[in-house]
Parts: sequence; structure tokens; C-alpha cells
Amino acid sequence: MAFGRAHTDGKVAALTESVAVRAVLIGLAMVFIAAFLVLPLVAVFSEAFAKGFGAYVDAIKDPIALAAVKLTFIAAGISVPLNLIFGVAASWAIAKFEFRGKSVLITLIDLPFSVSPVIAGLIYVLLFGAQGLLGPWLQSMDVQIIFAVPGIVLATMFVTFPFVARELIPLMQEQGTEEEEAARSLGADGWQTFRRVTLPNIKWGLLYGVLLCNARAMGEFGAVSVVSGHIRGVTNTMPLHVEILYSEYNMVAAFAVASLLASLAVVTLLAKGGLEWRYGHELAASRG
Amino acid sequence: MRPSTANNAPAVFDDNPPARVRRAFWRQPSVLPGFGLTMGFTLFYLGLLVMLPLAALVLKAMDFTGAQIWAAATAPRALAAYRLSFGAALIAAVINLFFGVLVAWILVRYRFPFKRVVDGLVDLPFALPTAVAGIALATLYAPNGWVGRLLDPIGIKVAYTPLGVVVALVFIGLPFVVRTVQPVLQDLNKDVEEAAASLGASRWQTFQRVIAPSIMPAALTGFALAFARALGEYGSVIFIAGNLPMKSEIAPLLIIIKLEQYDYAGAATIGSTMLIASFLLLLPINVLQRWSRLRSAEA
Repeated sequence: MAFGRAHTDGKVAALTESVAVRAVLIGLAMVFIAAFLVLPLVAVFSEAFAKGFGAYVDAIKDPIALAAVKLTFIAAGISVPLNLIFGVAASWAIAKFEFRGKSVLITLIDLPFSVSPVIAGLIYVLLFGAQGLLGPWLQSMDVQIIFAVPGIVLATMFVTFPFVARELIPLMQEQGTEEEEAARSLGADGWQTFRRVTLPNIKWGLLYGVLLCNARAMGEFGAVSVVSGHIRGVTNTMPLHVEILYSEYNMVAAFAVASLLASLAVVTLLAKGGLEWRYGHELAASRG
Repeated sequence: MRPSTANNAPAVFDDNPPARVRRAFWRQPSVLPGFGLTMGFTLFYLGLLVMLPLAALVLKAMDFTGAQIWAAATAPRALAAYRLSFGAALIAAVINLFFGVLVAWILVRYRFPFKRVVDGLVDLPFALPTAVAGIALATLYAPNGWVGRLLDPIGIKVAYTPLGVVVALVFIGLPFVVRTVQPVLQDLNKDVEEAAASLGASRWQTFQRVIAPSIMPAALTGFALAFARALGEYGSVIFIAGNLPMKSEIAPLLIIIKLEQYDYAGAATIGSTMLIASFLLLLPINVLQRWSRLRSAEA
């Protein structure tokens, strides 16, 4: 029996590493994780509270900071639901039907992930900016998109575009169409089929995608920076406000606002970990 | 039993689908509804949000003469920025390839304290806004920062040098390699390793000949994703880079500088160059990865 042989005269040692090798590998990985992941996170909170709790609260209560928080919520509040609807529609069409050009469509949906955020901002400036393709027409209609809130929302939508679809497509492909077909054969209409059969199957994957989409929407910097114009209290989102404070050497305020974003990241990671731990099997396809 | 096709009964059980199931030439018939609606919305949204603006980039670049484009794309400052962006992204991706596989390995194969916390932390670069990561790294690696203070006496300057760019890109790229290699390691069949061991292979030989080839496609995918992300990265880099023209100025920053100077030709050209170059670089990696996956499937 092979199992027995593996345990005779030292053969077992060749199925794993020696304790020393393990210790070195774990140690090396831990030092790397500490230097690159733990320290930056600790630094954000430590710098934010460097001048005490009072200074921290003052920095956050600043009206311009609050305006930035509000704009961040507006941008995420518009782009996340729209990308959610898109993600569900796209994954329904892609996962439940067979058609030509499917892989091309999936590649196009993934495109915003491989485009630099700065280029994402740039393309909107080239389209809607004063010298852009539609610039003169927009000006004649007195509509401003670039250096205004609509541009920020559009840029946020672009960079967070694939998140929900990407989570749902593999999940729904794995689940197949049998349950939906059964529901239809029992007389359910399309909407009932989706709500009673599909939605319960994908709800955790959906939540997972929304979570990641929201984290990126609230934290996006590069794309938003290009289209924002950096008008204080008007077109500054939280990450942009962090940049301005930092460049003015107002470290406590910069890190105070940054700590709000870092807290959002930590909450996102905890919720994500919780979902993976509790409903890992229902997310399996999307984690593959 | 044949289900009745009189009411809304599905055609899927039927060998001869009734005529009302329209046979589109480009899609297979299905009893499920909503294809037209969802596909229509998908294409509309994709076209409006992604394809139209990307077309604007190409159309805008066509406003300029070939000489203008060539001059903007090959200006010394632009060349220096490409060199830094591609070089730093490549170095960072190589570092991530090594540490990413290492972290994935210890997470899958070993037990140690706080393993679940470490596993969750790997995703931090996905979740932490890049500007926050940028100011945190810049503060840590500045000469008077927690890490910079240790490196400064031995003559290593990280912040405000190209090395700082690499540090930021390593941070950003790590999860890509870990998250692509981890599931493959998890699914790896232990039987093969046992077979190798029972045939007398040392642990290192087993790793080299059995484990490494199996995780290679995933590791290369992670490498490619980390590289692509690093190429375009902006937020986490600009705070630590120092942004000196010709020295520590990345290409995405140069695009922004051109835009601020209303040099649309320059911005569009450098942007297009970066897009084309990264596609050209990723193409062979994708081909290599597909080839290696096919090879391992045959073996």
C-alpha cells in the first residue's frame, strides 16, 4: 500500500518541508506582509491621531471635508446601483444564453480593468471637455460635465463598471439554466423566475460584487482626479481632498480623512471575509 | 410524457421546437425570456460608457498630423516616463511573482497563527483607496518615516526616487498573484506529490518538477495582471515618487500634466501609446499562458 510506504524510513519527510524550511518561508512571508500591508494601515491611523483626538475630529468636521464626504457618497450612490443593474442584465444575457461573440463581449466588459484610471479620465475629457468632441455642443446647451459633478460620476461609473458583472457571470454560468427552465415550465413569468429562482441563488455573489464595487467607487482617485478640476467643496471627493491636504502639509487632516477611507476598506475586507467564510460555497465560481 | 405546447410550456423538452421560438442566426434558442432586453441594455450601457469614450480617444488622436503625434510620443520626457513606468512595473511584477507565490503557498500549505487575518489582509490593496495607500507609503518610506529611518543610514533612499515607485507598485500588485495562485494550489492533487516522493524525489525536486509546472499558468496570469495594473497605476505612486521630470515621473502623471497644459495632442498620444504598448506586452503573456495550460492539460 502506497500510504504505508510513504511513512517508512524518512519518505514522509519528502511530502512536506522540514520545520526549519517552513519557519523560514512563513517568516519571510510575514515580514513582507508586515512591511507592505500592515505598516501602511497602521501608519494611516497613527498619523491621523498624531495630534490627539480633538485635532482629528476638527479635521473631519471641517465643512470642506464634509462636502467631500457628501460628494463621495453621491458618486458611489449613483454609480453602484447603475453598475448593479448593468451587472445583473449582462450576466443574465451572457450566462443564460448561448450566442456568438460571447467571449468578445466578456473581454469588452473587462476592459475598464485593464485601462489606466488616468486614461479613463482622459477619454471623458476628450469627449466632453471644452475642446472635446462634444464640448462645443454641450457648451451651446449650457451643460457642464468635465470639472463638474456629472464628470466625477461618469468617471466613477467607468472604473467600477465590471465589478458586479464579473462576480455574477461565472457564478450564473456554473449554476446553469435548469432551475429557471423548470420555473418557466411551471408557469412562472420571466420576472417571477428571476426573483424567485435566480436571485436567491446569486444573492451572496451579488452582495460580494456590490461590496467591491462600492469600495472602488468611494476610493477612486486617478480617473476622478482628471475630470474633477479640484474645486474645493464643489468637485472634491474624499480621496481628492486627501491629496490637497497632503500637498499643503496638513498631515493630521489628510490622514484623518484618509482614516475614514481606510476604515471603509477594513469594513469591506471584514464583510468580504465574512461572506467568503459563511457562504464560500455559493461564491465558489467567482473565486475560482 | 410530452408536455403540452399550447400554453407557455417550454420548448426545451420538445424535439421539434414550435415556430414561435424564433431562431436567431447568432444565438441558440432558449425558453428563458429577457435576452433581448438584457442584451440590449448591456450593449447600450457598454457602448455609452466604455466604447464611445474610447472611440473619442482614437478620433481625437486623428485630429493631429503624423508628425505631431510622433513628436509627442517620442519626446525625451515622454520616453523617460515610459521607461520608468514599464521598468518599475516589470520589477514590481517580478517581486510580486516571487512573494505572491510564497504567500499563496504558506496560506494553503501551512498552519500558523493569524492565518485568517493574513489571508484577509492580502486583499487590502484592492480595498484601500490608492491615494490613502500613497500617502501612507510616502510617510513610511520618507527619510524620517518608520521604514525610511532604518534604510537611510545604510544609504537606501526609497521615497522620492524610482525605488519608491517600485515599492508602491509592489503594494498594488500583490493580491493579483496571490489570488490567482491560491485556488490552483488548493486544487492541486496531492497524489502526484506522493507519487513523486515514493519514486525517490526530494521535496525540492518535487516542487521543481511537479508543483511549479502546475502553478505556472496561474502564476503567469497573476504576473500579467499585476504588471498591467502597475503600468496604469497613479494614486499610490505619485505621493512617493517625487515626480521629477525625466527621473521619477510616471507616464500616467505626464498625461495629467499635458492635460493641465491643455496639450490634448500630447495627452491623447501618450495615453494611446501606453494603451497599445500594454496590449502588445500582454498579448504574448496570454498566449504563453494558454500554451502552458494546454500543455499541462495534455500531460
